[in-house]
Amino acid sequence: MEHASRTFFDEMHLSPSAVRDLYAKYSHWLSNVSGSRLESRRQEAELLFRRVGITFNVYGEQAETERLIPFDVIPRILAAKEWKVLSSGVIQRVKALNMFLHDIYHGQEIIKAGIIPESILRHAQYRPEMINVDVPNGIYAHIAGVDIVRTGENQFYVLEDNLRTPSGVSYMLENRKMMMRLFPELFRQYSIAPVEHYPQMLKNNLRAVAQPGVKEPTIVLLTPGAYNSAYFEHAFLAQQMGVELVEGQDLFVRNNAVYMRTTEGPKRVDVIYRRLDDEYIDPLAFRPDSMLGVPGLLSVYRNGGVTLANAVGTGVADDKATYIRVPEMIKFYLGETPILSNVPTYELSKAHDYAYVMEHLNELVVKEVQGSGGYGMLVGPTASKKEIADFRLIIKANPANYIAQPTLALSTCPTMVGQGVAPRHVDLRPFVLSGKTTTLVPGGLSRVAMREGSLVVNSSQGGGTKDTWVLQEMESQALPEAASSEREKVALC
Amino acid sequence: MLSRTANHLYWLARYIERAENMARILEVTANMAMVPNAAVSEAALWQPALEISGNADTYKTHFNEFKASSVIFFLAMDEKNPSSIYSALFSARENARAVRVAMTSETWENINTLWLEFQQFQGKNLAEEGLRELCDWVKARSHLFRGVSAGTMLRDDAFEFLRLGTFIERADNTARLLDVKYHLLLPQEEEVGGGVDYYEWSAVLRSVSAFQAYQKVFNDTILPWRVAELLVLRRDMPRSLHACFAEIVSILENLTNGHHKECKRIAGEINASLLFGRIDHIFQNGLHEFLTDFIERNHQLGVEIQNSFLNIHAA
Repeated sequence: MEHASRTFFDEMHLSPSAVRDLYAKYSHWLSNVSGSRLESRRQEAELLFRRVGITFNVYGEQAETERLIPFDVIPRILAAKEWKVLSSGVIQRVKALNMFLHDIYHGQEIIKAGIIPESILRHAQYRPEMINVDVPNGIYAHIAGVDIVRTGENQFYVLEDNLRTPSGVSYMLENRKMMMRLFPELFRQYSIAPVEHYPQMLKNNLRAVAQPGVKEPTIVLLTPGAYNSAYFEHAFLAQQMGVELVEGQDLFVRNNAVYMRTTEGPKRVDVIYRRLDDEYIDPLAFRPDSMLGVPGLLSVYRNGGVTLANAVGTGVADDKATYIRVPEMIKFYLGETPILSNVPTYELSKAHDYAYVMEHLNELVVKEVQGSGGYGMLVGPTASKKEIADFRLIIKANPANYIAQPTLALSTCPTMVGQGVAPRHVDLRPFVLSGKTTTLVPGGLSRVAMREGSLVVNSSQGGGTKDTWVLQEMESQALPEAASSEREKVALC
Repeated sequence: MLSRTANHLYWLARYIERAENMARILEVTANMAMVPNAAVSEAALWQPALEISGNADTYKTHFNEFKASSVIFFLAMDEKNPSSIYSALFSARENARAVRVAMTSETWENINTLWLEFQQFQGKNLAEEGLRELCDWVKARSHLFRGVSAGTMLRDDAFEFLRLGTFIERADNTARLLDVKYHLLLPQEEEVGGGVDYYEWSAVLRSVSAFQAYQKVFNDTILPWRVAELLVLRRDMPRSLHACFAEIVSILENLTNGHHKECKRIAGEINASLLFGRIDHIFQNGLHEFLTDFIERNHQLGVEIQNSFLNIHAA
């Protein structure tokens, strides 16, 4: 099998017998802890998650099904210098994307410069309603989840930019809380950068993007409701920020302003952190069948009566056709060299790329341009002949709807599985916040494919999560010289 | 606070209280079944339990006879009965889930754990085994819910709406319990002080945790009018109608929104009748009439609370 012959970057091990310096202390600890103790901690974590109600709903399953995302008790560790590259890379990227969004709804300089084709204006996620609408501080993507994969010591790639309503940050926070509870001794041994201030940072950012003149803005979090798959996260963030968690029915529009219905009468709302897609926020403007939104919201928004975070129309910047142009965007808007690379991508709308991809379907990952959540994709190396043949027909019907990428040799981290500890593939989603400035907490959500050999980490496809430790500067400096191991090259494919 | 949030909190507390009261009714009835000659038949014993909860008609559409096992299943675990412990706890948790932000994490986790633990009673033949455990467990969880909310929640409107739900529901339940039991026991008035009678009345008292209180307050044989006095007029008896309304009046004082004068008026009127009422006058006009009227006015208050605070379209 082709798969078995590939080599993956193992984040913990240099070789079966040697451990990277970064993991030295952890590995030592792990070798001294019994399997049954780890297992009992894992069970304790599951029990606690269930009690707190950190569950998600899977679409297509029974409405009452509440499932836990598998939580792995083995952390993923990143060095301070690795984090420095990653964090400056995603900040640079999100800055450029916000500038792009402003541009595409105003002067469209990037089209005039020939970097982005004019056809983008006919894209389903392009919102003509936003043309010449000014948003506070020019920020469109207030919250961005940038998915990053690793293939080698210093090889990080951006897989996609999630700029609509990215989720998962509550798991980053709850996983940390859980690890501190389960393994306090590890937190004494390592100096791990804290992430707990994320909600406060988010709130400060949302405060910063209220319309000019609003002194003490009232912020709310708009959720589709208790049956949404990410409801736990909505409730969690609202609670941590101390803002009202509202549904569409709690809000109404009057005199170019948005109000919420309270027991003391209507109360004006200034900033809405909405976890509802564009299509659902206003039945008068978008889907008339939406029961989740607020009639008239868009017109208030366009007139500057309220701030929406994220802005309407960010979807045009995070789809896979735009993704390809992000490195050029960074040069165009910031005059900088991109710090993080894109995954090499074939566009099936181009004849040359199309021909190549159709010849090499068994080696590539094919994705829908506008898809998300791991649905509607083909993972060539693990697909059956029949799945490939079926997908070939689907592509033929509408090639422009697809892009393809080589199957990356995603790095692995040791993970607790039924038989003990084994390597499993991981990715990383840091959450970038933009308000006055663009910032992020040191960490993110590491997702792990729990099945052996699987490269799909999405929770909807059975993926799990890990706590992600970014070690603080002094810690990494205190580490012994690791020159020899740094230089050792791990084969990539 | 959001009207929808207030609505969920109010109903959350009502459902928890309803589950607790249902457990009390089941417990007392099951205890009575162990007293020889307490009731002439299984039906005579269990039918009142259905009547207290106002569910006899629904029951009859699903079951043919008043058998202990069917009534217990219907009142405790039946999903088709909107007042069963199952339905009350399910609704409580759904309401809590919708507004978990509005309460402390500990309060929410308490309710979530309650629902998870409740699964252990599913599928059991409770009439055979486990009813007592279920009733104890429900009561304990209800106490815990009030304890954790009182012990951790900010004293703001959210807390007041929780309490409002508790006392409106409790007043309704105490009145119903007393009414049905009284009705049932009245024909046996000549036997006051007799053995069975004693057990019947002490069961009523125990069902509202008032047996010891009765001994303390009256230090006397259990007499029907004194039971009524304790459960209707005594303010120091925590499940009495008067105690509930003293709380309701003070909660409504704390909740102000300018257009709930009618709420305050109704609550004040009911409270006054309990504060200044005398048990002999109530008996002269008929306790049953008094209780029926009380249940109706309490219901009116519930409707008015809904209109003034909770209906989200009122804005």
